[in-house]
Amino acid sequence: MPILRRMSDTTTEPSFTVNGESRALAGAMTVSDLLVVLGLDGRKVAVERNEAIVPRSVYGTTWLAAGDSLEIVHFIGGG
Amino acid sequence: MDQAVGDQVVMDAEDRWTVAGRSFRSRLIVGTGKYKDLAETAAAIEASGAEIVTVAVRRVNLSDPKAPMLQDFVDPKKYTYLPNTAGCHTANEAVRTLRLAREAGGWNLVKLEVLGPPPHLYPDMQGTFEAAAALIKDGFEVMVYCADDPLAASRLEDMGCVAIMPLGAPIGSGLGLQNPAMLSLMIEQAKVPLLVDAGVGTASDAAIGMELGCTAVLLNSAIAHAKNPVLMARAMKAAVEAGRLAFRAGRMARRMGADPSSPLAGLIR
Repeated sequence: MPILRRMSDTTTEPSFTVNGESRALAGAMTVSDLLVVLGLDGRKVAVERNEAIVPRSVYGTTWLAAGDSLEIVHFIGGG
Repeated sequence: MDQAVGDQVVMDAEDRWTVAGRSFRSRLIVGTGKYKDLAETAAAIEASGAEIVTVAVRRVNLSDPKAPMLQDFVDPKKYTYLPNTAGCHTANEAVRTLRLAREAGGWNLVKLEVLGPPPHLYPDMQGTFEAAAALIKDGFEVMVYCADDPLAASRLEDMGCVAIMPLGAPIGSGLGLQNPAMLSLMIEQAKVPLLVDAGVGTASDAAIGMELGCTAVLLNSAIAHAKNPVLMARAMKAAVEAGRLAFRAGRMARRMGADPSSPLAGLIR
C-alpha cells in the first residue's frame, strides 16, 4: 500500500490535491487505495475527480494522476 | 365510535401530501444543522415527527476520518434525506454538490438553493434557474428555494421543479413570515407543493404558514437555536398540525364589530 505524504511547498515531485490539500503521489494508486490510506468508509462518502463524479463501482479501477484534484465529501447537519 | 367522528379520523389519516411520487404524513421538514451535537440533533428530529430532513454535503475532515457521522445518528432508512446546496453561490457549485450527494446517498430528490452574498443570503434567482435547468436535465427531482416572486415560481414549475419553496424571511433570521400576502398569491397559483422555507422563528409562525395553505413548512434554526430544542421541536409539530387543521376547517369570516356568542333571547329583566 502506498504511503501518503503531505507536500512541502518547495518540492517538485508528482502530486495531487484532496479536499484542497496537496499530497505526494508516491507510486500507482487507485481511488480505492486512497480511501483506505485516508481511513474512510467508501460507503459513506462520494468522490469527485477533476469536477467529475467517480462512481463507486469504478473506485478500484480509477488511477490517480499527477495534478488530479479530488474532493471527498459526506453528509453533515444542514438546513 | 360516532360515525362523524370516525369519518374525521379516516380523513385525518388520509391527509397526506405527495412530492415527486413520494407520500408523506408529516408536513414539517426539518434541517439537521446548528445543533449542539449529533445526539441533540437526533432527539430534536425525533420529537418533531418529521419524515424528511435536510442535510448538507461537505468535505470529509481528513485529519479525523473516524469522527461520528450524521448517518450514525439520523438513520437514512428511517428519514428521507433531502440533500441541500446551502453555501453554494453559483449554479455550477450547486450542481456539483448535488451530483456528489446523489453518488453518496443514491437520492435524486434534492433541495436546490443558490444564494446571494451575506448578510441577506437572498435567493439568487438567475443562478437558481441555471442550476434547476441543469439538474432537471440530469434526472434530479428539484425542490427549489426561491424568492417570494410568483412569476419566478411559475417559471420554475414550468421547468419541472417538483416543489416551490419561497422564503418567509431571510435564512436563520427567525423574523416570522413577513410576506403572508405574497405567499397566499403563490399558494393560489401553485400546481405543485408549495412550502415556506426560511424565516420561521417560533411555533405561531409555522401555524400561520399552514393556515395560509402551505403544503408543508421547512425550518431549522427555530428548533436548533431554541433554548430547549427538543421542546421546540414538539411545539413545531403541534403548530404545523394545528395550522393544517385550521386551514382544512376553514376559518370564520372576519367582521368589523362584535357578534355576541350567547343568545340575546331570554335575558332576565
